[in-house]
Amino acid sequence: MKVVVCIKQVPDTKGGVKFNPDGTLDRGAMLTIMNPDDKAGLEAALRLKDQYGAEVTVVTMGLPKAEEVLREALAMGADKGILVTDRVLGGADTWATSQTLAGAIRNLEYDLIITGRQAIDGDTAQVGPQISEHLGIPVISYAQNIKIDGDSVIVERQYDDRYHVLKAKMPCLITALSELNEPRYMTPGGIFDAYQAEITVWGRADLVDVDDSNLGLKGSPTQIARASDKVRKGAGEKVTLEPDEAVNYIVDKLKTKHVI
Amino acid sequence: MDFSLSKEHEMARRLFQEFAQNEVKPLAQEVDETEKFPRETVDKMAKLGFLGIPVSKEYEGQGCDPLTYVMCVEELSKVCGTTGVIVSAHTSLCVDPIQTYGTPEQKAKYLPDLATGRKLGAFGLTEPGAGTDAQGQQTKAVLDGDEWVLNGSKCFITNGKEADVYIIIAVTGTVEKRGKMMKEISAFIVEKGTPGFTFGTKEKKMGIRGSSTYELIFTDCRIPKENLLGQKGKGFGIAMHTLDGGRIGIAAQALGIAEGALETTIEYVKERKQFGRAIGAFQNTQFQLADMATKVEAAKALVYKAAMKKAEYQTNPKVSYSVEAAMAKLYAAEVAMEVTTKAVQLHGGYGYIREYDVERMMRDAKITEIYEGTSEVQRMVISGSLLK
Repeated sequence: MKVVVCIKQVPDTKGGVKFNPDGTLDRGAMLTIMNPDDKAGLEAALRLKDQYGAEVTVVTMGLPKAEEVLREALAMGADKGILVTDRVLGGADTWATSQTLAGAIRNLEYDLIITGRQAIDGDTAQVGPQISEHLGIPVISYAQNIKIDGDSVIVERQYDDRYHVLKAKMPCLITALSELNEPRYMTPGGIFDAYQAEITVWGRADLVDVDDSNLGLKGSPTQIARASDKVRKGAGEKVTLEPDEAVNYIVDKLKTKHVI
Repeated sequence: MDFSLSKEHEMARRLFQEFAQNEVKPLAQEVDETEKFPRETVDKMAKLGFLGIPVSKEYEGQGCDPLTYVMCVEELSKVCGTTGVIVSAHTSLCVDPIQTYGTPEQKAKYLPDLATGRKLGAFGLTEPGAGTDAQGQQTKAVLDGDEWVLNGSKCFITNGKEADVYIIIAVTGTVEKRGKMMKEISAFIVEKGTPGFTFGTKEKKMGIRGSSTYELIFTDCRIPKENLLGQKGKGFGIAMHTLDGGRIGIAAQALGIAEGALETTIEYVKERKQFGRAIGAFQNTQFQLADMATKVEAAKALVYKAAMKKAEYQTNPKVSYSVEAAMAKLYAAEVAMEVTTKAVQLHGGYGYIREYDVERMMRDAKITEIYEGTSEVQRMVISGSLLK
């Protein structure tokens, strides 16, 4: 069984966020982590490795610095790391990113592709499903539980108040929620081995069946009008009321703001 | 000369930090208050290979260098001195001598279990009458057929009752040295459960209260002949060399405690207000913090240097790291005591209250000036190298 996991290096939200003049993120200048949903996806893949001996390949698209996140994945137990990096791929939105990743994955054999539900820097939840569309395979998003059943996967797809149990034939793509599992720690020896391991680096020329018009900033239909750091909220309003009155007060407020 | 850490070491630090924050810190206060050995944490560390960091992969270790091990003890000790010393005593005082002096059979028998944490290690040198004066040993080992028979006791043993494998130093006879009759000292590997090996009382300590500190008692305790570690009569050298390595571990523990106290205090002085201002806005606080941070940084340089010197020894056994280890422990321990004391002072009355971590850190710091060679012994080692 072969599993491909797409991971992304994202800004650590505990550090500051910095922007380029064109409104895109200045990724080189920020502290970074592995995107939490992707990490859960990787953990799910590693559990399939523990249970079924699956081979786990991690793929990321990003700056050369994104190699770090692949090393981290290797230190957790992934088998191979592929970095897709090229100047012409910079500034990609979800469309161009999914085209790039699909172009890279076309080089690989796979039974299952796992991506995170969404990245904490963009929060779009589009890349995973788009990859499946480009590759012409089924997608099950928002997975909170994954089981293998012969040549199929059985996945619990999470909703706000319930979950659906879905079955799909492999190959297919699953997007994982960070609630899916508790990702394992790296091991000290695993870290040193990860830095000895060879990372495969692919550029534009290695992408299969992708048109230039679908890549990078030029291939991105999304236009960023303006980007700014999160504006701090005010101190809020403090009132001291009896519980019954407090409930009515809050309900009135929410009604006024059309929340309920 | 390069003071920057490799990417591998940076990532290893992040691993140890995450583990310490998520798994160790939430229990630190309870471990101290209840004097409960953090067995669950030890099991988690075992699973991640933290108990075999500098052990070669051949014996199921992590195959990392001494610096990685030091960073592990440092990061654990930042949040819990108890957890730091459990790893340090196990690794430096039990695993290291077996790795250094063990026969291939001894290594194959003990190292995989110790490196993976299936078994925990301890070291017994100190006796009621032999601490700093290691020649004052009373515990005896007599060869009887194919067995050594041990009689005597060891005190203040870290990981005491929780360990499974013990390195025990004992007198095996007398030898003449420079016209004087001296005790011949040897080292042994003793397993828990051996008949005649029992535990005395548990020590109630000022700090590192969750670590298991016990008296070990040997009464006609018979161990196989092949459990002699290294050559007969070489035990004193083995013990001293083991303590050289142990001191780097304790220096890392002291460094971690000091760093933990400094970080906690930086957060506190930003929050705590007096006279309408955060106390961090007062120059006294700023100058105190500056001194604390500078000393912590100097301690770190010494501790890391000692670890790197030990790494050098591993490729060239002619290299000695004894003085570097003594300097690192002496300085880091004294810095830990000074920084934690200042941290308590900057916390004011709250610093004296158990709910605040610095109170525990100050109590934990004190032992680093005492065990594995007091600060006075470190000064003897250092000055001895200057005046030889």
